[in-house]
Amino acid sequence: MIVSFRLNGAETSFRANHPVSLLDVLRDELALPGSKSACEQGECGSCSVILDGELVCACLVMAVDVEGSDVTTVEGIAPSGGLHPVQESLNRAGGVQCGFCTPGFVVAAADLFERNPRPSTAEIKEALAGNICRCTGYGAIVRAFERLAGREAP
Amino acid sequence: MDVAYPTDVAEAVAALADGMTPLGGGTDLMVEVNFGHSRPEQVVALRRLTELSEWEGNRIGAAVTWRRIERDGPTALAQAARTVGSPQIRNAGTIGGNVGTASPAGDGLPFLAAVDARIELTSPEGTRVVPWNEFFTGVKQTSRRGDELIAAILLPEELPERHEFGKIGVRNAMVIATVCCVVTRGSDGTTTVGLGSVAPTPMRARRAEEMISAEVDPSDSALDEFARLVSSEVTPITDHRSTEAYRRHAAGVLARRLLERTIRRGVA
Amino acid sequence: MTTETGRRSTVRDGIGESTIRPDGIPKLTGSFEYAQDLHAEGMLWGTTVRSPHPRARIVSIDIAPALAIGGVQAVLTQDDVPGRAMFGLEHPDQPVLAQDEVRYWGEPVAVVAAEDEDTARRAAAAVVVEYEELEPLVDPEEADRRGEVFRRLRIRRGDQDSAGPVVVEGYYEVGMQDQAPLGTEAGLAVPDGHGGVDLYATSQYVHADHEQVVASLGLRPDQVRSHPVGIGGAFGAREDLNLHIHLCMLALHTGRPVKMVYHRDESFTGHVHRHPARMWYRHEADTDGRLVRVEARLLLDGGAYASTTAAVLANASYFAVGPYRCDSVAVDGAGTRTNNPPCGAMRGFGAVQVCFAHESQMDRLAAAVGLDPLELRRRNALATGDRMSTTGQLIETPLPVTEVIDSLSAMPLFAAEPGDDPMALPGGSGLTTEAVHVRRGIGYALGLKNLGFSEGYDDYAQARVRLTADGVVIETAAIEVGQGLVNVLAQIARTVLGVSRAEVRHVDTSQIDSAGSTSASRQTQLSGGATHQAAVRLRERILVGHGGDHLDDAGVWSGDTLVTPMSQLVTESWEETATFRHPPTEKPDADGQGTMHADFAVAGHRAVVDVDPDLGLVRVVRIDTAQDVGRALNPESIRGQIEGGIMQGVGLAVMEELVLDQGRIRNATFTDYLLPTILDAPDVEALLIEQDGSWGPFGAKGVGEPPTISSTPAVASAIRAATGKELNRVPVRPQDIALSGDAV
Repeated sequence: MIVSFRLNGAETSFRANHPVSLLDVLRDELALPGSKSACEQGECGSCSVILDGELVCACLVMAVDVEGSDVTTVEGIAPSGGLHPVQESLNRAGGVQCGFCTPGFVVAAADLFERNPRPSTAEIKEALAGNICRCTGYGAIVRAFERLAGREAP
Repeated sequence: MDVAYPTDVAEAVAALADGMTPLGGGTDLMVEVNFGHSRPEQVVALRRLTELSEWEGNRIGAAVTWRRIERDGPTALAQAARTVGSPQIRNAGTIGGNVGTASPAGDGLPFLAAVDARIELTSPEGTRVVPWNEFFTGVKQTSRRGDELIAAILLPEELPERHEFGKIGVRNAMVIATVCCVVTRGSDGTTTVGLGSVAPTPMRARRAEEMISAEVDPSDSALDEFARLVSSEVTPITDHRSTEAYRRHAAGVLARRLLERTIRRGVA
Repeated sequence: MTTETGRRSTVRDGIGESTIRPDGIPKLTGSFEYAQDLHAEGMLWGTTVRSPHPRARIVSIDIAPALAIGGVQAVLTQDDVPGRAMFGLEHPDQPVLAQDEVRYWGEPVAVVAAEDEDTARRAAAAVVVEYEELEPLVDPEEADRRGEVFRRLRIRRGDQDSAGPVVVEGYYEVGMQDQAPLGTEAGLAVPDGHGGVDLYATSQYVHADHEQVVASLGLRPDQVRSHPVGIGGAFGAREDLNLHIHLCMLALHTGRPVKMVYHRDESFTGHVHRHPARMWYRHEADTDGRLVRVEARLLLDGGAYASTTAAVLANASYFAVGPYRCDSVAVDGAGTRTNNPPCGAMRGFGAVQVCFAHESQMDRLAAAVGLDPLELRRRNALATGDRMSTTGQLIETPLPVTEVIDSLSAMPLFAAEPGDDPMALPGGSGLTTEAVHVRRGIGYALGLKNLGFSEGYDDYAQARVRLTADGVVIETAAIEVGQGLVNVLAQIARTVLGVSRAEVRHVDTSQIDSAGSTSASRQTQLSGGATHQAAVRLRERILVGHGGDHLDDAGVWSGDTLVTPMSQLVTESWEETATFRHPPTEKPDADGQGTMHADFAVAGHRAVVDVDPDLGLVRVVRIDTAQDVGRALNPESIRGQIEGGIMQGVGLAVMEELVLDQGRIRNATFTDYLLPTILDAPDVEALLIEQDGSWGPFGAKGVGEPPTISSTPAVASAIRAATGKELNRVPVRPQDIALSGDAV
C-alpha cells in the first residue's frame, strides 16, 4: 500500500509492503539516514522524531501509521542552510563525540525548548532521560543546554 | 500489507473481528516486529481514533497516553506515568496498551489493582466490563478475546483519599521495574496494596491490607508487621533483573514507605 | 612557535586551545556518514546464522532451504573460506565460520546475502544446522584447573619472604561489562572487478583488519583495501574482526556489493567484552601503612577464543599493585579459555579489574592501620625514578602520583545535603527514597595504566602532512572513534607549521602505512607524534628550500620580508611522511621482570554517593578527579574523555553487567543491559595535571582510559563508606547492599 504524509514540510509517499518501522523507511526508502538505529526498542532515543507535534522514537512507529501525519526528523529541524539553536549550543559546548546519539539529542532538545524556552537543569535532564549517550558522560550536553536556557551554572 | 484506519470504535471492532492486529502507540508491538517475533500483515491503526482517547471522569479511554496521565492523572497513577519508559515512550504509549500487553512489570498496573479498576472491552457482540483480577490471567496473558478491543479503563467513582506509587529499578530513569507498588489509604484507614513485578500478574497483598486497615494510627511494630506480610505474600522469581529474595524484601520496604507517605500526607 | 613581530601572524586553533570539532556540524545535522549509512548501487544485504548453543558439535548444515528462497544470492559456510580458516588479532584461533564445533553462544556458523535485509534474515532462519549439544565449560576456576588457559603470567619481585605486621586479605569479582557503543557493527564490501575488494566497515584498526582479511581471503595485500569509515563509538569493541571477512567473502562470491548491519542483540554477541575477573589479594604492611608485600592471584575469563586475552592478562598482572611502591611482590595471573562469550579489549584493558581489587585492599589497609585513605596512598605513592613494584621497570617519564593525591584532597568537597527533589535522590523518578532514607558516602581511588602497546610490540604510527591549496592536510589511517583525533592532529600541525587551515583526511590501507589501533590511549601520542615529526621536517625543508626563517599563513619569511607567498608555496607539492615509534619495550623474563611499558598515566577519583541502604539503591552524586595528562592539547576534548570515561566507570560500579546463564547472555538488549542515563550522571569536576617530559608531542600523554579505571573503585568505596557493607563485587547490585552482611 502507498502511505502519504508530510515529511520535513514536504508531501511524501512510500510503499509499505510489510510491517516495518518508520525508522527503517526514513533510512532505507526516503534517504534520510540522520535518524540512527541503535536499539530498535525505544531504549536509546537515537531515532527521535517529531510525529504530529509529539517527540517519539521512529523505531516504535509502524510506518503505515504515519498516513496523513506530519513528521520532522533531524534533517528538518533547522531552518534551511542554518543550524537550530540546540545544534549551535551542542557544537560550541563540545557536546558531540562519536555523534551517533547526537541527532536524537538534537530532536529531543528542540522539542524541549519549543515547549519550555528556559528549562531548569532538572527539566533538561528529565526531558533528555530517554536519550543515551555512551561517549560524553552527558556533562557537555547539560552545559550546552543550560547555556541555551540562560541558566549557565555559576 | 493491509491497514484499517477506523474513524470510530465500531469500525475498529469490525476490523478486529476480521482478525486484524490492534496498533496503538506501537511501543510494545513494534519491539516484537523489530526483533522478528511478530509480523502482523493486517493492522488496525488506532492512534487517531479520538473516541478511544476520550477521558471523562473515572473512564480513561484506552488510547490516552502516559504523557497525558502524567499531567492529568490521579496522584499515584500520574506518578507511575512519569516512570513509564522515556519521554518518547510516554508520548506514544497508552494505558490501554499497558493493560493489553499485561507485562508483570507494567508500571500502570499496580494502581489499577490497588483501586480495583475494571477493563471495558468492546466487540461486535457488545461491551463487557471485566474486573482487573479477572482480566490479568498470567504473564502477558489476559482474558481479552481476539475480537475484543480494549476501549477504556474504568476507575471507581471515588478513589481512596490518599494513594502513593513507588518503583524500584537499578537506573534512575527509563528502567523496567524490579518491584513496583501502589498503596492507597482511605480516611477510615482502609488500605490497599497493589504490586507489580513480584508475581505473574499484578497482585494485591490482601493479608497485609487487612491487618493494617484495622490500625487507625499504626505503631512502628504494626508497620513492621505490615512490611513483613507484604514480603510474605508476594511470589517473585529470580531472573536476570533481580533475585527472589531481594524482590520479596524490597516489596515490604517499599510498601511500608508508601503507606507511611499516605498516612503522613493524610495528617498534613 | 611563531614570534610576534612585523606582519607575521600567530596561528589560530593550535595546541592548548579547545578547538571546535570539524565533524561537529555534520554530526549535528545528521549528514555525517556512518558505516550504517553506506549504500552502493545494486548492493545485497548480508546476515549471519549464529549458534544457539554455547557448545555443540555441528552434525550437518543444510543450506538448500535458504537458497531456495527467492532473492537469496549466497549462503556460505566454513567450506567457502578461500584462505586461512582462522582469524584473530593476536593469535588466529577463531574460525571465520564455525566448522566442527561451536564454542560460544552466538558464534557465526554461516552467512547469507540476499536482495534485501528482510529476505536475508528469513534465509538465515531457513538454514538448517543440526547440533549435538555438548557440556559447556563455563567456570573459569575449573578451566584453570584443567589447564584451559590462553596465558599464565608469573611475577616475582624482591625478597619473597618479606612479611609485615598488618595483613589484609580479600577476594574480589568484576562482572562482564560491554562497551555498548551506540553504533552497532556495520559495513559494506565492494568487489573491485579484478578479484579484489574494498572494505568499508566499523573498525578501530584498519591495518590489522586488512592483514587478517587478506589472509582469510587468500588474496595479495594489494587486492584488499580497508577504508576508515564513520563509527558510533568503539571503546575496544572494534579491535577484533566480526563481519569483515564475511562481508568480503559474500561480495567476492556474488560479485556485488554487500552490506551488513548488526542488530543490537547481535552486537552483544558479535564483539568481545570486558573480561570478568576473580581476584585473590593479600597485602602486608608496616604499622605505619607502608606496603611490605603484595600477593595476588588473578583469573580473567577470556571466553571461547584468544582475542587479546594474553595482553589484557598481562596488563592486569603488571598493574596489580596500582601506583604504589612495594619491593616484595608475587602475582600469578591466568586468562582462561571457556565456552563463555569471548572477551578482549575494553577501555582500561585489564587495569580496570585489578584497580577495583587493589583499591579495595588499600581502603581496608587504611582502616587496619588507622590512617586516612588518601594519607595511606600518599605514603606509598610511586614516583618518577622509582621502580614499578611488579615489573621492576625504572619509571623515567613524569608520574605525578603524589600530585594527583594532593590535588584531589585539595578540591572542595561536594557539600550540598540530599534535598527534596526525588529526581536527585536514589531511585529517581521511582519515588522510592526520601532524604531521610539516605546515607552519604565518600570514597577515593587511584589507578595506573600504561600508554601505548607494550611487551616488545613494534608500536608505531605513520602520518603524512601535505601543504595544499586547501591548507595543510594530514593523512592518516588512524580511526576517529569520537575522541577528537580530527582536532588534535590538526592542532599539532597548525602549531608546528604556523598555518591556520589544517584538516585531517582518513585514507585507506593502500595509501599509507599503519597508524596502529585507536586504543591503549595511544593515538594522541603515536599519530600525534607522527604528525608532529612530519610537520617539523616539512617546515625545515620548506624554510631551507626558500631561504626563510619563519613560516605562517602568509608564506615563508626571512626576517621581516615575505620571501615566498603561500599562494606559490602551495603549488610546489610539499609533503612529508613520518613514522613515529615510542621508546622500545621488551618481553618479560621468567619472573615477569623487564621494561615492558613505554609510558604511564595516573588518575585519582573521589566519589560522593547517596545510598538508600534498605533498598540498596545508589545515586552517584559527584565525582572529583585529578588526572595526569602530560600536556593538555585540547582541554575541552580531555574533559569530554574524562566525563565520558567516568560515566563508563560509574556504569561498571552500579549497573552494567552482561548476565550469563551457562554461557548464554540473558540481557542482550538495551532494555536489560543498563547504560547510565543523563539522570544517572554525576556532576564531574576535573583537574588536569600537566608535567613536561613525556615523549608524546609537546609532552602530551594519552587520556582516554584513566577516567574509567579508578572511578569504579571510588564509587564502590563510597558505597561501603555509606553502608558499612563489604561489597567485594562490581557492579554493586541492590541486593548486595540491602541483603548482604556487614564488613568485618
